[in-house]
Amino acid sequence: MTAVMEAKGLSKHFQARRGLFGGSRGVVRAVDEISFAIETGHTLGVVGESGCGKTTTAKLVLGLETPSGGSIQFEGRDLETLDTPGRRRYRKSVQAVFQDPYASLNPRMRISAIIAEPLVTNEKTVAPEVRHRVLELLDLVGLPERSADLFPHEFSGGQRQRIAIARALVLSPQVIVLDEPVSALDVSIRAQILNLLRSLQTRLGLSYLFIAHDLAAVAHMSHEIVVMYLGKIVESGEARALALSPKHPYTKALFAAALPSHPDERSDEPVLQGEVPSPLSPPSGCHFHPRCPHATARCAQEAPRLRPVEGRQVACHLFE
Amino acid sequence: MANKLLSLENVSAHYVSQQGTRVVRAVDEVTLSLDAGETLGIVGESGSGKSTLALTILRLLPKAARIVGGRIMFEGEDLVDKPAAEMRRVRGKRIAMILQDPMASLNPLFTIGDQVGEPLRVHEGASRSSAWQRAIDLIKSVRIASPQTRVAQFPHEMSGGMRQRIVGAIGMSCEPRLLIADEPTTSLDLTIQAQYLDLLRELQRTHGLALIFITHNLGIVAKMCDQLAVMYAGRVVEQGPVSRVFSQPLHPYTKALLGSIPRMTEEREQLTAIDGQPPDLANLPAGCSFAARCPAAFARCQVEAPPDFTVEPGRSARCWLAAPTVHASIDQTIPLSRSAAS
Repeated sequence: MTAVMEAKGLSKHFQARRGLFGGSRGVVRAVDEISFAIETGHTLGVVGESGCGKTTTAKLVLGLETPSGGSIQFEGRDLETLDTPGRRRYRKSVQAVFQDPYASLNPRMRISAIIAEPLVTNEKTVAPEVRHRVLELLDLVGLPERSADLFPHEFSGGQRQRIAIARALVLSPQVIVLDEPVSALDVSIRAQILNLLRSLQTRLGLSYLFIAHDLAAVAHMSHEIVVMYLGKIVESGEARALALSPKHPYTKALFAAALPSHPDERSDEPVLQGEVPSPLSPPSGCHFHPRCPHATARCAQEAPRLRPVEGRQVACHLFE
Repeated sequence: MANKLLSLENVSAHYVSQQGTRVVRAVDEVTLSLDAGETLGIVGESGSGKSTLALTILRLLPKAARIVGGRIMFEGEDLVDKPAAEMRRVRGKRIAMILQDPMASLNPLFTIGDQVGEPLRVHEGASRSSAWQRAIDLIKSVRIASPQTRVAQFPHEMSGGMRQRIVGAIGMSCEPRLLIADEPTTSLDLTIQAQYLDLLRELQRTHGLALIFITHNLGIVAKMCDQLAVMYAGRVVEQGPVSRVFSQPLHPYTKALLGSIPRMTEEREQLTAIDGQPPDLANLPAGCSFAARCPAAFARCQVEAPPDFTVEPGRSARCWLAAPTVHASIDQTIPLSRSAAS
């Protein structure tokens, strides 16, 4: 298995001003030395609660933020070392589909123009060829040809998300970042889009970075999952194994908090107390220790490193 | 049915355009009931009429909408023709509601104490200081630490999860008999959502409160509810005890909805997707409104809307397949469709 993309020790820190008049500056470690790999044709799921850094990770992968440390390697080459044409190629190979298809499509553009825009700006393509490509993509995402000449308001949420997917595919990318692609959609439509994404993956050999808060959807879509908490990866591994037997206390709590799919599966596990602390002043040692039921004195002082545990990576002193 | 806390009988609420030319049947002939202390989940997609149903029960419909038929019996009284002044004494006192967005339901200019104490002052004539004291107890009861300091703070000083608890405290302030929660946890993180649902459970147990959960999330229903009503295009298409409906759904829509959610416990290549879109409520098809998307539809479904068939006590479905004469098997429906076509 080869990784199409690999992040090594990737960090993104933001400077934050405290108080009205500046004063002491804090640093938010939105993403703190994380490493992951997206295998060719696979889906890497990222889960975590607000403030865990999953969106910043997506932005780093998309090249919308520059890392404060670490590197991203794409097809074996470091992004930092790429020249301008190389970076342009990278941007073409990595595309995104966002959460809200009502916000991500320009209401004044026709569908054909929306889908063709990346093609027109990135490549010298003649008009008939552009049109041909647009119709081909509409067919691929399951929309009728006549959609090309309509405007976004004429489509429902699910259809709009199909249009957003078609736009992401127009440059034949290798990696697509899916940031909560079905959260804004109705329940009966979600399955349509998830099925479409899966079939596109097998047909086109795409790799996905899938970010969502719906754990069952992530487990369904992903081959590997990374779990993040306050900018750090606390556990990563094969999707099903991780979902069915989480190891890190946070992963356990997170999956225990997931809603059951049948009333008979109601769990009586105690609910994790407290809230995610402010990323401006994360707890010392292991960031999770104030909420962790198994925390010891060591957890407050020493941050655990990710270590291999039964074919998985877990960052917890319990597993040393 | 005399001991039911709330029972809706054939309630319809329609939105009518100014010229009266367009009628949107947002809630159409809904019959439901709820016992004291019970939890009812109302599930549906956007536009299925579930939120309008909640507003109908509270008589808070916008101007363009009106209740066009049916009775809403609450503790033996019909809410439909209650005068507005009396209705105001019911809302917040005997029936409370929690909305989706806690930031929108709290006033940013008033302290938490003022807002939690407000229903007490309005409904029970409590003095400012006693309302403030009771607000502190209420804030404590929704498990917020250091209620003495929190009571004097403003909404912006709290996290989303805490704000939603405050909204819960306001709802509980007059010890209502019924609490209607409209998507109460959609804006919350997973672990915070679990904490909140836990809290609602506990409040329900300690106060003998009946709950109506309005949600699109079947997981919440599976976790929290005793009874389930599935809404589609303004109608309740299926209702019954939660575990029965989840194990043996009668209506093809319920079946498809349950099949469309990914599950952690099983590996499936494909989810059952429901093709197409829900119909336009202002222009409903002649027959069953789900017929166009239904995998089991036959000729009769296109022309005649099925009535609510009671399959067993407390369990019903609006589907011809649930009719007593036709057993829920697609094979038997084929001759029916042939005879109808010829």
